[in-house]
Amino acid sequence: MNKNKEQLLNKRYKAEKRFRLYGQSAIFMALLFLIIFIFKIFSTGYSAFQKTWLIVPVTFDAELMMLEQNPSKEDLKDADYYDIALKSMADLDPNANENQENELKRMVSYFFEREIKRELLNDPSLIGKTKDVYLTASDDLDQVFKGNYPRDLPEDQRRVTDYQLKIFDQLVELGKVESKFNLSFFTYPDSREAELAGIASSFMGSIFSILVCLMIAFPVAVLAAIYLEEFAPKNRFTDFIEVNINNLAAVPSIVFGLLGLGILLAVFQLPRSTPLVGGITLSLMTLPTIIIACRASLKAVPPSIREAALAMGASKMQTTMHHTVPLSMPGTLSGTIIGLAQALGETAPLILIGMVAFVNTIPGSPLDPAASLPVQIYIWAESAERGFVEKVSACIMVLLGFLIIMNLFAQIIRHKFEKKWS
Amino acid sequence: MKKNGVKMIKISSKNVDVFYGKKQALFNINLDIEENQVTALIGPSGCGKSTFLRCLNRMNDVIDICRVKGQIIINDFDINDKSCDVVRLREKIGMVFQKPNPFPKTIYENISYGPTIHGMAQSKNEMDEIVETSLKKAALWEEVQDRLHEPGTGLSGGQQQRLCIARAISVKPEVILMDEPCSALDPIATAQIEELIDELKKDHTIIIVTHSMAQAARVSQNTGFFHLGELIEHGSTDKIFKNPENKKTQDYITGRFG
Repeated sequence: MNKNKEQLLNKRYKAEKRFRLYGQSAIFMALLFLIIFIFKIFSTGYSAFQKTWLIVPVTFDAELMMLEQNPSKEDLKDADYYDIALKSMADLDPNANENQENELKRMVSYFFEREIKRELLNDPSLIGKTKDVYLTASDDLDQVFKGNYPRDLPEDQRRVTDYQLKIFDQLVELGKVESKFNLSFFTYPDSREAELAGIASSFMGSIFSILVCLMIAFPVAVLAAIYLEEFAPKNRFTDFIEVNINNLAAVPSIVFGLLGLGILLAVFQLPRSTPLVGGITLSLMTLPTIIIACRASLKAVPPSIREAALAMGASKMQTTMHHTVPLSMPGTLSGTIIGLAQALGETAPLILIGMVAFVNTIPGSPLDPAASLPVQIYIWAESAERGFVEKVSACIMVLLGFLIIMNLFAQIIRHKFEKKWS
Repeated sequence: MKKNGVKMIKISSKNVDVFYGKKQALFNINLDIEENQVTALIGPSGCGKSTFLRCLNRMNDVIDICRVKGQIIINDFDINDKSCDVVRLREKIGMVFQKPNPFPKTIYENISYGPTIHGMAQSKNEMDEIVETSLKKAALWEEVQDRLHEPGTGLSGGQQQRLCIARAISVKPEVILMDEPCSALDPIATAQIEELIDELKKDHTIIIVTHSMAQAARVSQNTGFFHLGELIEHGSTDKIFKNPENKKTQDYITGRFG
């Protein structure tokens, strides 16, 4: 009898130990995946925050630029920089033939003309003189310099020619190649050229979309939640609404995209590819999330508080607005932020309403065409150039950083403002 | 209180039935409550005494499935009538709950809430005065006067309950309903509240639901005994405790069941 009992006890302890082990291994697995994922993204993406520059001597030849004597600022702006730009590149190899000169030109981005122009506008006294100018290297050379490019491929399978590599190596040896922080990744809009592509347009697009989404979803959702939770009679009809709100939260986001396409674009003729339409579409998606969060936090307000207010002679409306709603706000707000974070990462509905279009301007308002960060990731991931591989990871890092900040904010709101009962 | 030897009746309930959905919780309750006296409602758990108490300020309205039938006359007016405004009614009839439930706001805000929504103070000074007198009446002023702007939820249980009493009397109600106000408190806090109840009956009619027969005997002048949704017996506390008419009452107060 006693022995039996002991066996039973041992069995219980063993079962508990096993259970703990399962739990720990589950957490270990999850952490492992997370670490691999983050490591992968960082290791491919970190190099995108560096950009390779070629330092090329440029002679600001007034004649080649078609400039008169004592040019005004306007003249400088209108001057022709293409020829001196070409010439400076060609001068890298005095023996180059015409083909090779062309290859030399393609060692830098097509912005080289603008970069030279900016140099002169900054300092007009450079006319007639020679100065080392930083020119953005082409994405292929950028990748070569970062060591991401397999140089041992046969030449016909490479986008950089042997000749370009030879000149590039000479420049490296002379210390004329430099790697600097890639500011343009944050300030430039998207581009077909990887070395010039930035996230400014998609970042602003995301911000505008989220703001539109917040401004629509938050008031509608909170009012709906308050009404349903505090005022609506409990009957079959409200049960039906409740079930449908919960269902709505589970609807695949692409369906909302179709809705946006079919109604906002087709019926209401709102401008395509804009954060306005994107935001409205996302708000449909966020609505149920906020309603559910708001209702849950209204439910969590103890009934004793409502009774206290009602017994003091407060009307239903006063009870709700003075006590229940303020007490539910921390939960509602953090639910809202989590809903917005979800919307921020949403891709499919935005693709459907045209926010996948190539946008090489930075949007100034929700009515300008824009992309969004996740869509930008999608666009770049589809691009063939090697230079976009690291950009994809870098963009993911920015998006993740954004999401982490939002979730952190939600946590802070919850912890800081949530009232403790009893 | 007696005027010329006649009992002054503040509340009188006539044939009150209460249903929760299909289940009947109270059967034909006829009970008169004397003005400026403490009336205790006693009885075993689930006997309907709290339900009856909540009828008196129509707090049962909050429960969807609850229906109240019959008349409850307060100041010659049937509060179950359609024309009765519950906001007005609850201003006149305050309530203190079983568990202290101060608003998660400051002590000052807890007291000033009622007077604010009923527009009882014209100025900050007037409000300060209401807060002070309410807290003094609730015997809490001495303890909290230096921390009026600290959260009311930071007080001890007994202090919280007195805060709730202060909140209830801040709107100068004619009647105060107390639903087991001491059940969450220790004996010392309980004694303080009981003392307070005795003090408050000068200005207010008090109805208290309690599980403690000793408490009923100590604080009340009248007692009603409920059992299974029926009012078995009511009368002066003295009579109920010393010389009950009904066998069930006798059994209950002597602790034979309940």
